[in-house]
Amino acid sequence: MSRSEKHSRITIALAGNPNAGKTTLFNSLTGLKQKVANYPGVTVERKEGPWQLNGTVASLIDLPGLYSLDATSIDEQIASEIIRGNQPGVPKPDAIVAVVDATNLERNLYLVTQLCEFGVPVVIALTMIDVFERQKHQIDVAKLSKLLQTPIVAVNSKTGRGIDELATKLKSVLDTRQAVPYVFDQSADEAGPNGKIFARYKFISNAVQESVVHSDLEQHRVSEKIDKVLTHKFFGLLILIAVLLLVFQTIFSWASLPMDLLDQGFGAAATTVRDYMPPGILTDLIADGILAGVGGVVVFLPQILLLFFFISLLEDSGYMSRAAFLLDKLMSSVGLHGKAFLPLISSFACAIPGIMATRTIESRRDRFATIMIAPFMSCSARLPVYTLMIATFFAGETVMGFLSVGAVLMLAMYALGIAVAVVVAFILKRTLLKSPPPPFLMELPPYRMPNLRTVFQNMFTRAWLFLKRAGTVILAISIILWALMYFPRSTDPLIAAPLGEQHAVLPESEQLKNSFAGKLGHFIEPVIRPLGFDWKIGVALIASFAAREVLVSTLSIIYNVGRDENEESETLIGAVRDAKTDDGRPVWTPLTALSLMVFFVLAMQCMSTLAVVRRETNSWSWPLFMFGYMTVLAYLGALVTYQGGRALGFG
Amino acid sequence: MTLTELPLGRCGRVVSVNGASRITRRLMEMGVIPGVDVEVVKMAPFGDPIEIRVRGYSLAMRRSEADAIEVSC
Repeated sequence: MSRSEKHSRITIALAGNPNAGKTTLFNSLTGLKQKVANYPGVTVERKEGPWQLNGTVASLIDLPGLYSLDATSIDEQIASEIIRGNQPGVPKPDAIVAVVDATNLERNLYLVTQLCEFGVPVVIALTMIDVFERQKHQIDVAKLSKLLQTPIVAVNSKTGRGIDELATKLKSVLDTRQAVPYVFDQSADEAGPNGKIFARYKFISNAVQESVVHSDLEQHRVSEKIDKVLTHKFFGLLILIAVLLLVFQTIFSWASLPMDLLDQGFGAAATTVRDYMPPGILTDLIADGILAGVGGVVVFLPQILLLFFFISLLEDSGYMSRAAFLLDKLMSSVGLHGKAFLPLISSFACAIPGIMATRTIESRRDRFATIMIAPFMSCSARLPVYTLMIATFFAGETVMGFLSVGAVLMLAMYALGIAVAVVVAFILKRTLLKSPPPPFLMELPPYRMPNLRTVFQNMFTRAWLFLKRAGTVILAISIILWALMYFPRSTDPLIAAPLGEQHAVLPESEQLKNSFAGKLGHFIEPVIRPLGFDWKIGVALIASFAAREVLVSTLSIIYNVGRDENEESETLIGAVRDAKTDDGRPVWTPLTALSLMVFFVLAMQCMSTLAVVRRETNSWSWPLFMFGYMTVLAYLGALVTYQGGRALGFG
Repeated sequence: MTLTELPLGRCGRVVSVNGASRITRRLMEMGVIPGVDVEVVKMAPFGDPIEIRVRGYSLAMRRSEADAIEVSC
């Protein structure tokens, strides 16, 4: 925590409906100094940032997106606890900024009527005002403000309109500390349990009717026209598939250049270390352990950036909820909620945020079913593995003249994950997690031009999390693995001969074979032989049970150490292609690569995911069950692929 | 009649929202209450879920939820 934040005593909560422009406003109020964490014990995201309020710095807390404060979901519970000042670690807010979408006033104001009941002063930030005015609607802000007894400021994060005025209004509200005395309780008694809802909407409708003139020109319903195509019964699904294919194809073609540059950069760094440092354990550790290991993972940063870029773009534009709308029937036929689509799509980036996002699913059983299948979605950590295999064995090949085999295989791997997930969900929902299909109620927000700043901010946050992982977990694993392969050092002077001398080739591979890792790999070799894997792949598999992308770094280390000096296998791709068994046959065939890819689609190789599942399900049995059944499925999948492929004459 | 029986593109007015589940409560919190105008805008592939327009925004729900909403033309 920075000093200025420590000393600020003002806390302001930012509340609003989903899709109301809350994130965009939060970004423009706080800039780049935000902190993202979780509220303790739950997976509701806690976002906080400093807001310059004409001289003082207030701490702005971004509440989760809400439709209501009735505490039926975890998000709503946390939000109302924060406003009441009961959330541990969060000071009671001195004021609330309520984000209200001008184009969707009535439903947005419903939450405001609830916010105003807490005795905390509220200022309304009216967003989407540019869209509202373009649609030729008219609003008398002063009148609405008077009717609601709440200050209203029309804001536009893009142009900066109203941002200063919002700060000024908020300061004056903080000075007077005047809360709005809304009371809806009496009517509740008269009209039954839902009387309060009716009373709120009646109050809102009256206020809106008096202050807003809606124009009803047909041309304003642009979203509906776009939807005629994008959610078309037939074309909508085709377009969805095309969009996904386009995203993956783009990731591949755009990422290759920066990936090559990163790869060469790390290679050059390792060479420099070898050139300038005396030979010894430390030099080996830095060049072969740290630089090779971390470099092998960091190289995939361009792909991860691009994937998150596209996911944010789809989310921000409003297309993601259309996809959920199109696919709900499909999802509900296996017993899942259309809302499960979003966590599952997010799991394509990383299962961890995906599993966290399942909290929007209200029923526990549906939520658990979604969690259990989320890791089948091919996450970005699998991309390095797929990419390596494709680049090594299928690069440059095309089908139908224009589609690269790589892109098709890629899509096939994603499809395999989805297909298995569907089957598993179907079974789970009829056995362990038996329950009727959950209800489905979801807003379809208007299509919007994605806010590039929000998209980029999201992209860089994710990239940073990935790098942090690469810098900590993967760095540690790289060092441990390097040590496992480096020790025990052989005492035989011939074997211990340093690299580059006459007998260097044989001793290096001997060293690896006799190392701890080699012994472990040899130990499991009989089990993985039917999958087409040798003991070196076995070592890499063991390592990748911590995190999938470690496979690549482990292979880098294995093949760097065992590199044949006579051949120019500088890169990992070359090393994998040139790897030979003891009798001179290539270790890897395209079929081996396919078998390995299938294994990676299905296996649970991510400690972080297991940890998140443990936290989300609040028990160890679910993550253990997940690990067990996924490992079995992965083994069987790879077995069928390899043996089936051989029976058909491949490999 | 219920909302599922309302023909595509026709406007209706909500008479009642039946049931006392969380989902009916959420429906009402999102503005689907007696007296409000609704229009069925479209159906997803395979006829489910449906998209309705209420209070100037689009809301998607399954037929099973729409069945609980009584409307008059």
